Amino acid sequence: MDASSELLQPLSHLDHLEAESIGILREVAACFRHPVLMYSIGKDSSVLIHLLKKAFAPAPPPMPLLHVDTGWKFREMITFRDKRVAEEGLELIVHINQDGLREGVGPVSHGASVHVDVMKVTALKQALDKYGFDAAIGGARRDEEKSRAKERVFSFRSAQHRWDPRNQRPEFWNLYNTRIAPGESVRVFPLSNWTELDVWRYIRREHIPVVALYFAAERPVVDRDGVLLMVDDERFPLHEGERPLLRKVRFRSLGCYPLTIAEPSEADTLDKIIEETRLNRRSERSGRLLDNTAGTSMEQKKREGHF
Amino acid sequence: MSPIESGQRPLLRFLTCGSVDDGKSTLIGRLLFDAGVLPEDVLETLARDSRRVGTQGEALDYALLLDGLEAEREQGITIDVAYRYFSTAERSFIVADCPGHEQYTRNMATGASQSELAVVLVDASKGLLTQTRRHTMICALLGIHHVLLTVNKMDRVGYEEEVFRAIESSFLDLAGELGVPEVRCLPVSALHGDHVVHRSVQMPWYSGPTLLEALQTIEIVDHSLAAPMRLPVQWVNRPHADFRGYCGTLVSGNVARGDAVIVLPSGRRTTVQQVLGVDGDIACAQSGQAVTLCLDEEIDISRGDVIAAASGPPEVSDQFACHLLWMGESPLLPGRPYQLRLGTQTALAQVTEIRHRLDINTGQQLAARHLELNEVGVCHLSLDQPVTFEPYAKSRALGGLVLIDRISNATVAAGMLDFALRRAANIHWQHLDVDQTTRATQKGQHPRCIWFTGLSGAGKSSIANALEKRLFALGHHTYLLDGDNVRHGLNRDLGFTSEDRVENIRRVAEVARLMVDAGLIVLVSFISPYRADRRMARELFAGDEFIEVFVDTPLEVCERRDVKGLYAKARAGDLANFTGVNAPYEAPQSPEIHLHAEQSDPPALAETIVGWIVAD
Repeated sequence: MDASSELLQPLSHLDHLEAESIGILREVAACFRHPVLMYSIGKDSSVLIHLLKKAFAPAPPPMPLLHVDTGWKFREMITFRDKRVAEEGLELIVHINQDGLREGVGPVSHGASVHVDVMKVTALKQALDKYGFDAAIGGARRDEEKSRAKERVFSFRSAQHRWDPRNQRPEFWNLYNTRIAPGESVRVFPLSNWTELDVWRYIRREHIPVVALYFAAERPVVDRDGVLLMVDDERFPLHEGERPLLRKVRFRSLGCYPLTIAEPSEADTLDKIIEETRLNRRSERSGRLLDNTAGTSMEQKKREGHF
Repeated sequence: MSPIESGQRPLLRFLTCGSVDDGKSTLIGRLLFDAGVLPEDVLETLARDSRRVGTQGEALDYALLLDGLEAEREQGITIDVAYRYFSTAERSFIVADCPGHEQYTRNMATGASQSELAVVLVDASKGLLTQTRRHTMICALLGIHHVLLTVNKMDRVGYEEEVFRAIESSFLDLAGELGVPEVRCLPVSALHGDHVVHRSVQMPWYSGPTLLEALQTIEIVDHSLAAPMRLPVQWVNRPHADFRGYCGTLVSGNVARGDAVIVLPSGRRTTVQQVLGVDGDIACAQSGQAVTLCLDEEIDISRGDVIAAASGPPEVSDQFACHLLWMGESPLLPGRPYQLRLGTQTALAQVTEIRHRLDINTGQQLAARHLELNEVGVCHLSLDQPVTFEPYAKSRALGGLVLIDRISNATVAAGMLDFALRRAANIHWQHLDVDQTTRATQKGQHPRCIWFTGLSGAGKSSIANALEKRLFALGHHTYLLDGDNVRHGLNRDLGFTSEDRVENIRRVAEVARLMVDAGLIVLVSFISPYRADRRMARELFAGDEFIEVFVDTPLEVCERRDVKGLYAKARAGDLANFTGVNAPYEAPQSPEIHLHAEQSDPPALAETIVGWIVAD
């Protein structure tokens, strides 16, 4: 072996994950005509954008970003989104379900289930159809949830955007079957093998900007049966006698603000977040109200087209 | 920052296989539980689910942790591979939890393709079963080097050492027969947690590692690091005219600036000008890294090409022997074209022959005309174009393939290449860089330069013409270079001085050489009076390619014939430097063929040359 090879260190776990994800992103660009990267503004999306830039440098990323806005995201998320996209010079498409907006569908008036169905799942399908995307890249990880643990990296969707968990394409080695018929599509998950802890360690290593809501700070919250919810704007319906109190909280996972549970925390730096995540005894999506309504809720939503 | 904190832990990917009856899910559940990596809310859900649908009464049913799909929970079996992630201070683990039922063999094989180690479970009270052989065989087929035979339910056999030793002994035989190089056996009780994470007081006779200790300490050597460099080109990065980079993940070896590389299948050679890692310019990159290479010369490279170390390139072929695991709902039929994917390459492939089917339960070789779902066969594959490959035993990345049905787009087979059926030598880097042998083979002939020399009017052109007609009729590919004709074009600028005669011969010889390289039989009909020039011509060719034919006709006969009236002109002093009259002719001393042309007619003389060519 030559001298240069002796200097090489074995790749770290994060290096492995990074290389695997970049390989997946390049595969999407090479095999699909009209791919898109789903940008949800969260930490996983932030990692995806970072990887997207690396995968194609020095060229700009060969695909746009798509944000499906429900109208109920934290205000800080939208500000962060617009700032990041401008900084990076990325092309962003924002889609809102106009029918839902007209009918005033929201988590407060219609309940979580209808809101997610109309403003997220239906909106997503509308956007994919409208722009004719044949591959949609998402930041979902297999460690998040049981049905995700069974999903492929390149996950086939019918022309109706449905997932059939019983009939998935076998994925051998890292050979992905990217063939689809017109109208069909795939959802691609480059972070499949990352854990929550991997994501935070990578964010720290790479200095990736994330929304401040992930860091503990004094925020106005109400306590409902032990569940802390943040009052982000005047649309939040306060119950009789309920008054928002300032508590030091952070979010592990970001969605629509009335559906996302704040957690009391002192973790206001990346190091503290990583330490908290390492010791945390609760799974990440326990902070999403909808996920816990039925044992197989996520599988059901995914069959219907949810990410 | 500790190695763990910085994410510097080595990673082990392993699969677990065994059926529900063996307690596989209980084992993994116990492993995760005892290793302390299960979050509290997951345990709460588990407790709730265990009471509702569990099979363990009031106790936790760990199987429910892993069987994530509705259908699996309803039926209480694992159908699809589930991936689990956990880490300890020593290692990070990705667990592919695989179904053990025969009808889900393809799913187990999928998990095995991603893994370096397999945990194969058996029930101590049942010993080795048909399925143990099947699981081990699939692991061996997918190239897994390390198998941990985990003998579970030791509590059911009273933690008896003899029971374990008997199972261990027969498994070592089986693993040896199937060619698994590294085998360890350990006794556990997943239900009670004996030897999963914690040592057991029940089995003082066992001094080996617990399951977790074994997983943490088994040394996995990444052989790809020391192998020659290979980069399957995935994407060509060309943002502007000044940058052209070839992106992909290095599947073996390492690459540095200045390295000599070969691009396959074209065989073009060049050197590496720049290595870009994921953060820009780097001096050197190694196997596993996603890179972008810039090369010294602008050569045509696209997705599917393989950039490799020039000193040790992989082979190229279009005919293979391979093991195929059939995964399609409808059977594999020889002769039907499927889309093949190998690395970043695609081709159309058909199975030309099923040598035999392997019974995955017994290992028996059986005759087969087709392969059904979950069957394994040793097959011959024929591709519509050559691909760059390595045997699967050497490289999963360049030896593992999938076949895709072109109508349903379903992935219908996974294949492991064993070897090329056609030796790569005649295709290798001669495929695009086609050489003389390839061209000659295509034409079915030995390329030759048949060089006729002799005086003007000796009959060279007549004989050459007759010979060409004869060879053409025999199906050969020929061309006749005639002195007079060439002087009308290529050599129009040349006269008859000694210098010009030399240049005349040099040019004609070079043209003849190109034509021989093109695979043709070239007939050269030139007076070519000087020995030195004829020798120069001869030296442009390989040993047996140049055949000198001396058309030996006496001067007086030529002069008497004087077809073109040139001798008369020369004798009259109107033609300077005319060979035989006022310029010398140096007769060959040992020509391959010596024709006494005044004795026979051209077709008969041509026939003697045909005999000479065909005879060899």
